[in-house]
Amino acid sequence: MTGELRFLLNDREITLTEAGGSDTLLDFLRIDRRMTGTKEGCAEGDCGACTVLAGRLTPSGLVYEPVNACIRFLASCHGCHIVTVEHLRGPDGGLHPVQQAMVEHHGSQCGFCTPGFVMALYGLWMSNPQADAMAIEVALQGNLCRCTGYAPIIKAALAAQAAGGQAMDALAVEREGVMAKLRAIPAGRVEVARGANRAIIPADTDDLAALLLEHEKPTLVAGATDVGLWVTKFLRNISPTIFIGHLMKGVEVFDTELKIGAGVTYSEAEPLIAQHLAEALDYWQRIAGWQVRNMGTVGGNIANGSPIGDTPPLLIALGGRIVLRRGDVRREVALQDYFIDYGKQDRAPGEFVESVIIPLNRGAKIAGYKISKRRDSDISSVAVGICVTVDGGRIANARIAFGGMAGTPKRAAGAEAALIGQPWGQAAFDAAARAVRADFTPLTDMRASADYRSTVAANLIRRFWLEQSELALPVRLNYAVGE
Amino acid sequence: MKDEITIKGLAHMDTAHDSAIKHVTGRAEYTDDLSEPFGLIHAYLGLSKCAHGRIVAMDLDAVRAAPGVIDVLTAADLPGVNDVSPAGHHDDPILADAEVKFWGQPIFAVVAETRDQARRAAALAKITYDALPHALDPMAAKLADMGYVTDPLTLRRGDADRGMANAPHRIKGRMGIGGQDHFYLEGQIAMAVPGEDEDVIINVSTQHPSEVQHMVAHVLGVPSHSVVVNVRRMGGGFGGKETQMNLFACIAAVAAKKWHRAVKIRPDRDDDMSATGKRHDFVVDYEVGFDDEGRILAVQGDWYARCGFSADLSGPVTDRALFHADNAYYYPDVRVSSHPMRTNTVSNTAFRGFGGPQGVIVAERIIEEIAYALGRDPLEIRQLNLYQNGQLTPYHQEVTDQILPRIFEDLTASSDYAARRQAVLDWNAKGGTIRKGIALTPVKFGISFTATWYNQAGALIHIYSDGSIALNHGGTEMGQGLNTKVAQVVAEAFQCDLSRIKITKTTTEKVPNTSATAASSGTDLNGMAALNAADQIKDRLIDFVAERWQAPRDRVRFVPGHIMAGDTAIPFDEVIKAAYMARIHLSAAGFYKTPEIHWDRATGRGRPFYYFAYGAAVAEVSVDTLTGEYVIDRADVLHDVGRSLNPIIDKGQVEGAFVQGTGWLTCEELWWNEKGELKTHAPSTYKIPLASDRPRIFNVNLADWSENAERSIKRSKAVGEPPFMLGICVFEAINMAVASMNDYREPARLDAPATPERVLMAVERLRG
Repeated sequence: MTGELRFLLNDREITLTEAGGSDTLLDFLRIDRRMTGTKEGCAEGDCGACTVLAGRLTPSGLVYEPVNACIRFLASCHGCHIVTVEHLRGPDGGLHPVQQAMVEHHGSQCGFCTPGFVMALYGLWMSNPQADAMAIEVALQGNLCRCTGYAPIIKAALAAQAAGGQAMDALAVEREGVMAKLRAIPAGRVEVARGANRAIIPADTDDLAALLLEHEKPTLVAGATDVGLWVTKFLRNISPTIFIGHLMKGVEVFDTELKIGAGVTYSEAEPLIAQHLAEALDYWQRIAGWQVRNMGTVGGNIANGSPIGDTPPLLIALGGRIVLRRGDVRREVALQDYFIDYGKQDRAPGEFVESVIIPLNRGAKIAGYKISKRRDSDISSVAVGICVTVDGGRIANARIAFGGMAGTPKRAAGAEAALIGQPWGQAAFDAAARAVRADFTPLTDMRASADYRSTVAANLIRRFWLEQSELALPVRLNYAVGE
Repeated sequence: MKDEITIKGLAHMDTAHDSAIKHVTGRAEYTDDLSEPFGLIHAYLGLSKCAHGRIVAMDLDAVRAAPGVIDVLTAADLPGVNDVSPAGHHDDPILADAEVKFWGQPIFAVVAETRDQARRAAALAKITYDALPHALDPMAAKLADMGYVTDPLTLRRGDADRGMANAPHRIKGRMGIGGQDHFYLEGQIAMAVPGEDEDVIINVSTQHPSEVQHMVAHVLGVPSHSVVVNVRRMGGGFGGKETQMNLFACIAAVAAKKWHRAVKIRPDRDDDMSATGKRHDFVVDYEVGFDDEGRILAVQGDWYARCGFSADLSGPVTDRALFHADNAYYYPDVRVSSHPMRTNTVSNTAFRGFGGPQGVIVAERIIEEIAYALGRDPLEIRQLNLYQNGQLTPYHQEVTDQILPRIFEDLTASSDYAARRQAVLDWNAKGGTIRKGIALTPVKFGISFTATWYNQAGALIHIYSDGSIALNHGGTEMGQGLNTKVAQVVAEAFQCDLSRIKITKTTTEKVPNTSATAASSGTDLNGMAALNAADQIKDRLIDFVAERWQAPRDRVRFVPGHIMAGDTAIPFDEVIKAAYMARIHLSAAGFYKTPEIHWDRATGRGRPFYYFAYGAAVAEVSVDTLTGEYVIDRADVLHDVGRSLNPIIDKGQVEGAFVQGTGWLTCEELWWNEKGELKTHAPSTYKIPLASDRPRIFNVNLADWSENAERSIKRSKAVGEPPFMLGICVFEAINMAVASMNDYREPARLDAPATPERVLMAVERLRG
């Protein structure tokens, strides 16, 4: 165990012996280091003005990803290379190609969001040199601009992609040196504190299991995309804070299911979804914005038990299970049974979500739909996962799970019953659409009225049928960027 | 000689924003980035948790005892007046005293060593309220007889009752129009630095430095000359920093003077959105009379606004709603009235368009009503009713610069409107899940502050003996490129490279008594004032050159990089050095006031606007009739900025305004719970457009043939606000797609914003 929090910040090696579990990276940058290029726009991971790159060692090498410094806790940067806009430059020391393109295409007006856009686009330029306008939009789901209307920013992004030059980029040139420095940071548990505000970084998952038996009420932080707000918005005391974002990264692909470590981020899981559950890829890419997908974890989204989490409706419909671990004891729970009531989950003290098992339901008809006021980076008013098996022209099985309709993500028992055993056809889905209204008594809140939620829930079941029946006319909106 | 020299950044040239490189490198300094004086402390506001109530007990002991706390300020601790009403209504307390009038109203301020300490301490207050009845929306306020926050206005011309009585067709309707949060990316912030005597310097994110100066002076009880207000740039304003920063500046100033330490105040985004005003929501009752051809004969309407608990700028905002109730259409007999309703919500304020959009959208709703009633393309009804030069607006200003027919002609051709409308109709006739809509809407926007005295500006130019130029004016930079455009005017005047001109922060020390950078007027006013200053110096230089180089005065000319004395070209630097040695005054204060405008509110007559800016846009949308979601497939914009001072910057304003206007009418929804708490107070719950919400095809052009008919700065036109209203075409197109459910037998009559929920509910209603 050490008492040193260590990471790289641009070209500096940082060693901190004093840091609280709730200290944010953004405050460290702006207040402690007076590095003011990174801005605070919202302090909740929704505007992207604070975007920085976090580089970390993975089995496939050193990977840099855009993250929100406002809700990224400082202690979670241990072992990482944090890159801010101050570090960005071209090979000649002048503007970086992304910066140059932003200037040439007039991508800034007030300029306050600009460093965040530059860093997100830098991350994209580095990781996906082939990105087209659609990929650029996906990469910018987490960046708000109120001035430009985005057109010049997209143009700049395309120009930067065309300019290339990735091999000469400072982070590429410095890569080996950075990796050596990160590897030199000793493994093992880290414990630091600022007064009574404690941060613990377990050495590995076994260490985490042991820690959870020692501490009575620690706060587990994986991606911090929810817990971050407990601190920045609700000023909650989360000490002692145990950081687990670097743990449980394993992924196993079996014939019939995927086993995903709880610490796998949405971004890390995305290629798996694309390969094995292509029907759900669009749904997956609508989880928050890129920065949040780079931080938020599959396990975290489940563990915190939100009734409006994006993954549970889909995973419940697929028959997902989770592995809970306490000490050395593991148990498997069907995901639908994990959510007991609003704010209450089937997780005992000392227990943590270790992995998530997603059955692939080969041969089944699968869909995930998310409805929100704004298409991207919004919390759903209604989300649904649907998984239907047809056998001999009849619906053999149907699992439909909704989010946003009750205090927990929940299956639509009446709608399922209306389908099972019926001939595969419109009549069954019309009946299910009628039945689903009786399955839930949703709330009215700022996202949607109860009436809208019920209506759209029924219509999504109709949409599923229409999509499956391959009509000549489209059933879904076309979001493709035109010429 | 002069042909060989190319200089950059003259008027009418595409020129990058002066801070572009600083923006992309993170080196552009916003108020929170300024180097902090030693000993700086922080203030944080405590907000009410009651929409209307008497404060019966305020226990701040825990706040005072919290770590790092230096002081707690309440209304009683303010040395001067406890009021920041910009309209002189004395109804805008900085800190609520005895009674709170909206959820989120500031009650006290904590001063502590760190911002975190101040914020945590503020959360410890225990305040007990004796709740009083509250009314949140304008109709509830009307029912509860809450009264007006400021005097209403009626505009009349002709006899609306008679016109209506004689009309072959009459339609009445009601439209709800939502508000909008500014969502400037940089939130409110102020840093006060105390000086000797009564002095204090305020660095603040503001569109209106002079008003901050005056408010701080009142609240401290000192003369204005003791207060200096500085702003280099804002991270967005949009009207949200025209008055709303006053409160923060005053708190910082009071604490700074009391403790003789620099004080910074920066609310968290959620508190910013809860405690500061927004675009006004309206409910509008309208009636139109028209003939068989679709020609409008009479219009009457009542605009009920959610003004909030105090007047703020609600008077001029609701006035401007009426000034634009006609949008681009001639109403032969008209009566329109405003009802600035007092509500128990935050006091609404300026926001790009300043009430105009809420007038324009009703005019477009009226057009839609007529078109659907007669089974016609709304565009035909629009064309039929466009103003002709010589006709009078409802406020009796003659329209003399109408250019919309040409804009319509160009835009319908470039957007292939007719064929695409037919394709949309054909598509919808197939009866699928995805329905389409297309709409073309115009805007005619009056340029000038309707408060005539605001139409003045000052500027200050120094030329130093090395030939470098420092430019200062009263306008503020919030991203719109004002500083760049004004500098281009000066570069043009001196025929020098833009890089020779240093753009400096706006400060009340250099130019006094400035108006807000608002009403799209920044370049019109400050550009003229800067030109006036430049002309004064040029005049002296011409005299000097004529004498020194022995040329007739009328043969002294400014050419790129040089001044010509007859046929002799003398480098600019050389002239300046010589002029200095000859004791020529190389500094000038410029001034400008807009000519010819006048407005008599009592009679509702005058010429409040110097000119009109015009534009039009076509949007095509697809709507998912199962969910109410939609996508903007294409938008084409043709907008008039006169002879643009900087086409690329103006185009950026047009594009950005269009998307912001679209956000107002689609995904941006303000939602209060029954207790009066705004629940959409952060980007997690209040959704402004993202990159993926912009039109899938977006063609934006300036009407490059247009020239301002008035003698505006270089014949350009104001650009900030007018294109905001072009987003209305998206709303109209969504309405058309929804109306297809019932074969266009009636308009969809969506209230704004057209959230997926509103769209789906209208679809379900029309599906029958």
